[in-house]
Amino acid sequence: MTIIAENPIKAVAAPSQVQQKVIDSLNRRHRKENLFRRLGLTAVLISLGLVAVLFINIFSKGLPAFWQSAVTLDIYFDPQIIKIPPMPQQRDDESDNDFRQRHIEWQTEIGFVNFNRLITDSLQKVLPDANKHRRDLARVVTSGERFALRDMVVADPSIIGQTRTLHLLTDANIDVWLKGNIDRSLPDEQQQLSAKMREWVDKLSADGVIQNRFSLALFMNPDSRSSLASAGLAGAFMGSFYMMLVVILLAVPMGVAAAIYLEEFAPRNKITDLVEVNINNLAAVPSIVFGLLGASVLIGWFNLPMSAPIVGGLVLSLMTLPTVIIATRSTLKAIPPSIRQAALGLGASKMQAIFHHVLPLAIPGILTGAILGVAQALGETAPLLLIGMKSFVASIPASPFEQASALPVQIYLWQGNELRNFFEARTSAAIIVLLLMMISLNGLAIWLRKKYEKRW
Amino acid sequence: MSNSAPVKISASDVKVFYGDNQALHGISMDVYQHEVISFIGPSGCGKSTFLRCMNRMNDTIDQCRVTGSILLDGRDIHEPALDVVQLRAQVGMVFQKPNPFPKSIYENIAYGPKLHGLAERKADLDDIVESSLRRAGLWNEVKDRLDQPGTGLSGGQQQRLCIARSIAVSPEVILMDEPCSALDPIATSIIEELIDELKQNFTIVIVTHNMQQAARVSDRTAFFHLGNLIEIGNTNDVFTNPQQKRTEDYITGRYG
Repeated sequence: MTIIAENPIKAVAAPSQVQQKVIDSLNRRHRKENLFRRLGLTAVLISLGLVAVLFINIFSKGLPAFWQSAVTLDIYFDPQIIKIPPMPQQRDDESDNDFRQRHIEWQTEIGFVNFNRLITDSLQKVLPDANKHRRDLARVVTSGERFALRDMVVADPSIIGQTRTLHLLTDANIDVWLKGNIDRSLPDEQQQLSAKMREWVDKLSADGVIQNRFSLALFMNPDSRSSLASAGLAGAFMGSFYMMLVVILLAVPMGVAAAIYLEEFAPRNKITDLVEVNINNLAAVPSIVFGLLGASVLIGWFNLPMSAPIVGGLVLSLMTLPTVIIATRSTLKAIPPSIRQAALGLGASKMQAIFHHVLPLAIPGILTGAILGVAQALGETAPLLLIGMKSFVASIPASPFEQASALPVQIYLWQGNELRNFFEARTSAAIIVLLLMMISLNGLAIWLRKKYEKRW
Repeated sequence: MSNSAPVKISASDVKVFYGDNQALHGISMDVYQHEVISFIGPSGCGKSTFLRCMNRMNDTIDQCRVTGSILLDGRDIHEPALDVVQLRAQVGMVFQKPNPFPKSIYENIAYGPKLHGLAERKADLDDIVESSLRRAGLWNEVKDRLDQPGTGLSGGQQQRLCIARSIAVSPEVILMDEPCSALDPIATSIIEELIDELKQNFTIVIVTHNMQQAARVSDRTAFFHLGNLIEIGNTNDVFTNPQQKRTEDYITGRYG
């Protein structure tokens, strides 16, 4: 090989003028190409680096929030404290209204039970000097946990009189103290916990009564302001889920149908040109404008409920529609016309040619466009602020018509919470959840494209 | 080919406009049953356009307007009562570039018959697929891989698959638009032999750039130039004794 490679070089002793020019320009071309390659590589590396910084930052801040300080207590469900009659059952001779009345009375009675006593009683067993500091004692466990105890009793009344070992979330400030998110050398008046409380917490932590445990509170609970340690994403997650459902059910079929009509059936004239231009314009409208539209038209005229995922979903559908239409149209355009002609030449009607041959080939592209549109809608915040979805909602919505928040709005709300050193981690944790949803949606898009991709 | 055979397609004064552009200037000709007629002429002369008039494929192009009349078995193909779907089932088409569906070989052939309800049972459909592939001379090559994608075949096989696909719906006329232009000489000669066999049962109209091919396969030849039909006659006569100067110039390679 080497001999063959060397021979031509020796043979060409003096290159002609033309060749010399080519050789000169060749060097210049190579230099330019190398420069361009290096520039491209640098751009890629810079963006990769920025993504890495972002991810490291968010994950290092957010991951600790999935583990929370929890105190392990033997809770005695004292019958002296929990004095409630059994849950009323509807009698045959009783009207619905009477039964409902009795049920409400029963619920009121439960409301009077001091479930917090169960917690403080068992805390006294691990803290000898507890009785001298009753105010601090009531604050060790976050206030939301008493409702967890109540729910346990309601779900299974036979628990009364028994003792259960439970892991209860501590107050948010204790979590902050134990995780070192506050300077321990600060003077008393600047500390979030009293001196006694700090002493207790360090002792319980050293005894292993308080441990850092993986907590599902972030996933299972709605937002909370009275019991910050149990504030969770469930309400916002369901709100986002319902909105995605509305977007998928409305924007995707409407967008695909509109694109098929415009691309395949509509005559080319001034009106369709106008429609086309305006679809592109719609894609460029700032999202907050859609929020104004939702507030004035959907809530103002159609009297749809404020803060409801149905309104958010409708607004986001409008926003996603142009994305879906444009993606579907460009996919349809890319299907080779020979496939259409083959079907038409065999005597397929236009509709059959499209539905039997063009659409199946277009499905990967349509799905990709639709999912990317949905993912974009999932991360959208601005229009939701204007239709009331930034309100604090302390319940998990059971339907798209109930009040709810949304994941990106929850991030915005937590970012603004006063208890910075607790909510900074929780905000990042919410961002992680949102990012994971985005990544799985995009992954789904790639998987579907690969699955349905065919060569022709 | 004797002119005593019945007329299959009769075109008179066919003009085609693409927007303001006139592509055909009044073409009139007859196509006889069970003959092979080839259209030759330089690029842009309108031969493909005229071919596509015969099964109204030009309808699919925006801004394309066709005037004049084309009779298929004495019936105007533009009359409103005639459904274009029925016309295309009667007048099949094979395209310049092989365009099998990205589906299995079996489904490629079975699509047309299923569309028109030609087979009631699976066995009938199997028969149609087999006989169509046999007539296209492809059966022995693909009988063991009917479930493989049609796009995996070689170019020549793909084109024969497309021919099999069009004869599966039992058309009366097959239009071929430069069917061999994307094929190598061996695949071309196989297709040419195939055309020779198919003319027993079908009327074939073939557009070609290859004058040897026109001479080899066709009974009659029509020469088009700049949207006009210059000359039409028995292939032998057109090639050996052209009546028109332009035909002679084209055939002898002076332009085109």
